[in-house]
Amino acid sequence: MEPEISEEELQRLYKIMLLTRSLDIRGVQLQRQGRIGFFISGLGQEAAQIGSAYALQPEDWILPAYREVGAMLVRGITLTQLMDHYFANAEDIQNGRQLTNLFGVRAVNYVTGSAPLATQIPHAVGVALGAKLRRDPIVALTYFGDGATSENDFHTGMNFAGVFKTPTVFFCQNNQWAISVPVSKQTASESIAIKAQAYGFEGVRVDGNDILAVYRTTREAVDKARKGGGPTLIEAVTYRMGPHSSSDDPKRYRTEQELAEWQRRDPLTRFRKYLEKKGMWNETSEKQAQDEASRQLDEAVKHAEKLPRPTIETLFSDVYEHMPWNLEEQLRQLKTEKQGGTQ
Amino acid sequence: MIQAINRTLRDEMKRNDKIVVLGEDVGVNGGVFRATEGLIQEFGPNRVLDTPLAESGIIGVSIGMALYGLRPVPEIQFMDFVYPGFDQIQSELSKFRYRSGGQFIVPVVIRMPYGGGIKGSHYHSQSTEAFFAHTPGLKVVIPGTPYDAKGLLTSALREEDPVMFLEPKKIYRTVRGEVPEDDFTVPIGKANVSREGSDVVVFAYGAMLHVALEAAELASAKGINVEVVDLRTLIPFDIETIMSSVKKTGRVVILHEACKTCGFGAEIAAQIAERGILHLKSPIVRVAGFDVPFPYVLEDDYMPNASRVLSAIEKVHNF
Repeated sequence: MEPEISEEELQRLYKIMLLTRSLDIRGVQLQRQGRIGFFISGLGQEAAQIGSAYALQPEDWILPAYREVGAMLVRGITLTQLMDHYFANAEDIQNGRQLTNLFGVRAVNYVTGSAPLATQIPHAVGVALGAKLRRDPIVALTYFGDGATSENDFHTGMNFAGVFKTPTVFFCQNNQWAISVPVSKQTASESIAIKAQAYGFEGVRVDGNDILAVYRTTREAVDKARKGGGPTLIEAVTYRMGPHSSSDDPKRYRTEQELAEWQRRDPLTRFRKYLEKKGMWNETSEKQAQDEASRQLDEAVKHAEKLPRPTIETLFSDVYEHMPWNLEEQLRQLKTEKQGGTQ
Repeated sequence: MIQAINRTLRDEMKRNDKIVVLGEDVGVNGGVFRATEGLIQEFGPNRVLDTPLAESGIIGVSIGMALYGLRPVPEIQFMDFVYPGFDQIQSELSKFRYRSGGQFIVPVVIRMPYGGGIKGSHYHSQSTEAFFAHTPGLKVVIPGTPYDAKGLLTSALREEDPVMFLEPKKIYRTVRGEVPEDDFTVPIGKANVSREGSDVVVFAYGAMLHVALEAAELASAKGINVEVVDLRTLIPFDIETIMSSVKKTGRVVILHEACKTCGFGAEIAAQIAERGILHLKSPIVRVAGFDVPFPYVLEDDYMPNASRVLSAIEKVHNF
């Protein structure tokens, strides 16, 4: 069963996968070179992220965890926006306040995430419930990992969604590892998908490294939600090919052999082979796309790196709509100190 | 006070169709304290939602609704039960505006009955406002009169920032007062001088306002002229009014029912010491709950009362 996606769109999807991969590799380099502070990679999960995000309409919402760069790029978040955020510079729309890839853009309904696990899940239920109460045909999709399914907010969110029958898609990227803890230590259930039964709705498992299967499965869930059919839990079985973050060394807890097995199932290679077989892709297009990704990244890095840090005022702005007296006072004190004066 | 809260919810829900009330028992039952009585009949089940029994869900889903552009007003049945939702308040609600660079705002008003005096033991009595006052990004508001309950709740419901709205349940029905029917607000961040005086100032809020006023009367009979300031908003607190009463009297008592150590009174005392120690004629004295879990049968011994406050007033007066 092949999805109805045009040749041009299939090529675009593959280019986004390539760009996501390139961005990931660049991010790791920039962190190792000490040019950005921290990096969190989505290596190996490109098909799961891009296939699912592509199944949404522009007015739908995404409530991510923290490694969904592929979904950001599908959504139209630009490399310049992302690099300004990676370098946490003065043009970062979040004013340099968040760790790498905890990023959001209101204009494209991509919500800025947080580091505590699963907290975004009830938000996705709330967005969807809000839309339902207002009779807007909007779907909210939330990303989380296998580790997050052990958290209270996963169960609470699923339960609320079942009770209120909200148009929510729960998209679990089961990447097998929560830092060093394998999924077998997160749950005794036979799958994550099966947990949906307990909350009164459908759970489905999909090969998370097959972008077309992910797209088709998510599209069905999204269409169902939009038509009033309620939530779906999708478990995309995939693999975190990189470390948890730039502070993690997976050699401590998993084997080279396991990694090698999953590398054979690399989602990029699989999709590329599919496109090549269909005559939609070849060596030349691969080289062109890679060069183009590198060029775009170079440009975004060059732009982002030369910009200054956010101003000292941004330490105090956006805590509230209007700065209260105590923050104004602390800002004044800090400015005086920085100018070498005393309070 | 409970009537004032109920009417304010009704009035604002009429004015703003984005306000949605949700929580445990808030629908047909009208809330266990009846704060939401009649709302579901008037506004229907799309504006008043009985939810599953899970505070992190109630607050987390409210945050999502606010992201979408609604104005959710979750009720946490007792403040003692808010902790499953603490992560949502601490990690999400308070930080959305900041971490998104002002892109995503979450104007949620969390209503919570709090405080002792109803023989409710540990889990229906606590005052843990300091947790929330210690979290940047939240406003913390506590009315002490029916008039302020209406004025402050109206302000909270028109705010663009999240508000922790703590309702002193002991005085839900015991404190009565005139509340005008017309549209008025009490600004968040402004204290109120509830009683003018020149010898000693007592800072209080919530149900303790009335204990402070009672103690002030007792002191008056002894010739001590006591000023009582109702803080009304803990975050951001009204430093101008606080310091003006400190300068006027030079003798300070701070009163709250929350336990003493690291309670909000510590912040007020520190602010006064930092800014105006030379105005003080005596040490600052705090009257507070003890540093113990909230008791049951010995509740009356735990709760600050007028005679304990009077002793503190006399202590600072006679120093």
